[in-house]
Amino acid sequence: MIAQRNVLPYWLTAPGVLVMLAFVVLPLVLTLSLSLYPFLPGGTIGDSMTIANYADVARDEYFHVIFLRTFGMAFMVTFICIAIGVPEAYVLSRLSARWRAVSMVIVLGPLLISVVVRTLGWAVLLGNEGVINKILMAGGLVEAPVKMMFTFTGVVVALVHVLVPFMVVAVWTSLQKLDPTIEQAAESLGAGLPTVLRRIVFPQVIPGVLSGGLIVFSLAASAFATPAIIGGRRLKVVPTTIYDEFLGNLNWPLGATLAVVLVVLVLAISLGANRLIERKFKQVFV
Amino acid sequence: MSFLELKGLAKSYGDFQAVSECTLSVAKGEFVCLLGPSGCGKTTTLQMVAGFVEPTKGRILLDGKDITGIKPDKRGLGIVFQSYALFPHMTVANNVGFGLEMRGVANAERRKRVAETLELVHLGAMGDRYPRELSGGQRQRVAMARALVIQPPVLLLDEPMGALDAKLREEMQIELRLLQHRVGITTIMVTHDQAEAMTLADRVVLMNKGLIEQVARPFDMYEQPNGRFSSTFLGKANVFEGRVSGGVFEAKGLRLPVGSTVTAGEVDYIVRPEKMEFATNDALVHGPVSARVFLGNHWLFQVETPLGTLQLTHANIGLPQAAEGDDVGLTWSANNAHIVARSAAA
Amino acid sequence: MNRAPTPLLIFHWAFAVFMLAPLVMVVLVSFTDKGYIAMPFDGTSWRWYRAILDAPDFIDAFWRSLALAAGAATLATLVAVPAGMAIAWNQFRGREAMLGLLLSPLMVPHVVLGIALLRYLTQIGASGTLWGLTAAHTVIVLPYVLRLVVAAATGFDRSLVQAAQSLGATGWTVFRRIELPLIVPGVAGGWMIAFINSFDELTMSLFVASASTQTLPVKMYNHIANTIDPLLASVSTVLIVLTLILMLVLDRVYGLDRVLGGKS
Repeated sequence: MIAQRNVLPYWLTAPGVLVMLAFVVLPLVLTLSLSLYPFLPGGTIGDSMTIANYADVARDEYFHVIFLRTFGMAFMVTFICIAIGVPEAYVLSRLSARWRAVSMVIVLGPLLISVVVRTLGWAVLLGNEGVINKILMAGGLVEAPVKMMFTFTGVVVALVHVLVPFMVVAVWTSLQKLDPTIEQAAESLGAGLPTVLRRIVFPQVIPGVLSGGLIVFSLAASAFATPAIIGGRRLKVVPTTIYDEFLGNLNWPLGATLAVVLVVLVLAISLGANRLIERKFKQVFV
Repeated sequence: MSFLELKGLAKSYGDFQAVSECTLSVAKGEFVCLLGPSGCGKTTTLQMVAGFVEPTKGRILLDGKDITGIKPDKRGLGIVFQSYALFPHMTVANNVGFGLEMRGVANAERRKRVAETLELVHLGAMGDRYPRELSGGQRQRVAMARALVIQPPVLLLDEPMGALDAKLREEMQIELRLLQHRVGITTIMVTHDQAEAMTLADRVVLMNKGLIEQVARPFDMYEQPNGRFSSTFLGKANVFEGRVSGGVFEAKGLRLPVGSTVTAGEVDYIVRPEKMEFATNDALVHGPVSARVFLGNHWLFQVETPLGTLQLTHANIGLPQAAEGDDVGLTWSANNAHIVARSAAA
Repeated sequence: MNRAPTPLLIFHWAFAVFMLAPLVMVVLVSFTDKGYIAMPFDGTSWRWYRAILDAPDFIDAFWRSLALAAGAATLATLVAVPAGMAIAWNQFRGREAMLGLLLSPLMVPHVVLGIALLRYLTQIGASGTLWGLTAAHTVIVLPYVLRLVVAAATGFDRSLVQAAQSLGATGWTVFRRIELPLIVPGVAGGWMIAFINSFDELTMSLFVASASTQTLPVKMYNHIANTIDPLLASVSTVLIVLTLILMLVLDRVYGLDRVLGGKS
């Protein structure tokens, strides 16, 4: 890299910076300010700043439930993604090149397809008339269709499908950096494969798990389409509530308030988890 | 009485023969070096002994028992990898103690043995450090300690000095030699460095293109190479192709003395550079000096002769005996010429 | 290269089935001859593909999404390439902060960006307009292009530039003949990822798009809100096929694993 006093880099980055300031920073600041204005009956926005919206959210049981459900969902999705994403990343690293290429397309390809399409597929699978139920009933495992659409479980399953590729990529990136002879050394000292995975491989990929986990958590907590389609009208999460308030009730200040609270909470939980994990496993974070 | 036996070990990958036919007997407590250029099959052989590569043919016997089919985690051999392969997320003490953990050794006993072994490699105070905090030489010693603490029947070393700089390598070689003698453990080491092999090994196994060229003690292999490859890989050599008939060697119209040898026919005539001398009278061959190099404790000369470009070295005991461009005569004793029947393949 | 043990391999193929199941379902369902979604079904038919042709609003939305994605990707690339090169090849004060700012949309949930932009565009009188929507999409996909450009530029061997300079080439020539050609694969890959992300984007577009600027995902979402019918499945299948083709192109140009691997 050339350390130079010239002005060229500033000119080159200026358009990008301006665009971001104009279309990200400014709108977000305005949203924050929007949340500080009251929503008057009659549908207009009041003139003076107040924290009434925040007080409403803090007091109202209705919102507590929604936030708890949202974050409960996010934690569960994150946990499941770790549980199945880590082994999958490990298997990927052990496949021959040809199978790995195929598997990568299968695992990561869905990321390139709109979430609407993927969620539509889950709607077909999970419905009472859907494929899973048809199989379960045909196999005699259940007598009546198992309700999966419009349930918490259904949303969790569909969200896992949407988000697990991010976990696989993060863990796989970590795995790539491992020295394979270290596993051989452990083997030569008497460790069987489960022990090698548990004591040698997994501790070393914790940074990848953390990074993937944070991404999945944040995306799960702010997911809209999947909870909306699979969860339906009654299973509200924060993003769908924001949609309802903004475009349904036209209560923009409340919508903005919910958005701010969502971002702050996700940030707080992410930073907290990051610090906790880095402290507990510090010898792994080089 | 051989402790470790490799019987006809071979490994091929498709059409490629990495190791063709490796048969070797190692005595208990012996230090054997597998030496050879890249791709000669020495590392593959070591990995077969370790259990990470399955032989295509052949058996491995340890103290009479066939271990060929046993997986690496059950073979119980001590292995030091080229990259050391230390567990980065564990302290030095935990690294060294890992093998004992796998064997279910109790905590107190384990701590004691780890401490003793760390003392043995002069790292007694480093138990709580992490590998990334250590120097290359220290990491290598941790890897040794980890392999030795489990008291394995055999120690396998894969180019353990490869990552160290020259000075450090020399020191570690001597340390390794002393350590091995002290512990008395049967050792097989892979290296491409012939000086290292000569320093450390009781016997050298010279390999080339998947085959064993020669097995001998370092001195014997140096003084009595069994062919062109052995003579040029271990040390330098001048090699002439010619034939022996009627007790005389002939090549390119010149006749050279032979010692008491019975080999007749097409042969390789081998003379080491340090065995040649400048001759005033009775020179065996003449030519101009094409290059002269000063190497500290000796001089190296290149002389162009009808037999080809010859190399001659002589100790630095003052001024060199010839300059570039001088026409010189070379001679050597018949006893210093080593004659080997020429192999069909080079 | 040791193989994975069998139980893990079985897990892996189960995982693959899990990943493919919804997409396979969508494709299968699109061939039904019934008027509603039912699985399994007995009669197959192309009727729902023909129905696409009779749904001009879907076709409009498709072209609009396509144009929007191309426009947003191109604008994002025009802005990100100089910025990416500047960041990769120079140390300057504020570099880290600028990189952070340019990547910031990745940190903000799309639902939040959606309401923020809706509010903002309304304030400046551009709500419901196509250019407002384009600006929104550009901003969202810019980080993807930037990341790939920075990665491509970082891997670039600066001694090539020094060699060119020693042979007499000046700044603009060096850029045009040496630097730009070597980062083009990264730029092309970035453009494509930006295109795909814009085309697929739903959540933010729900807020920023209006009835007259509806993108395809928004149209499909609104359709689902009313009824899940096989037309959605056939449209989805077309999208899946197009995406597969695009993946092949992406792989040829840049390497699929590099692009997807850089996504985290």
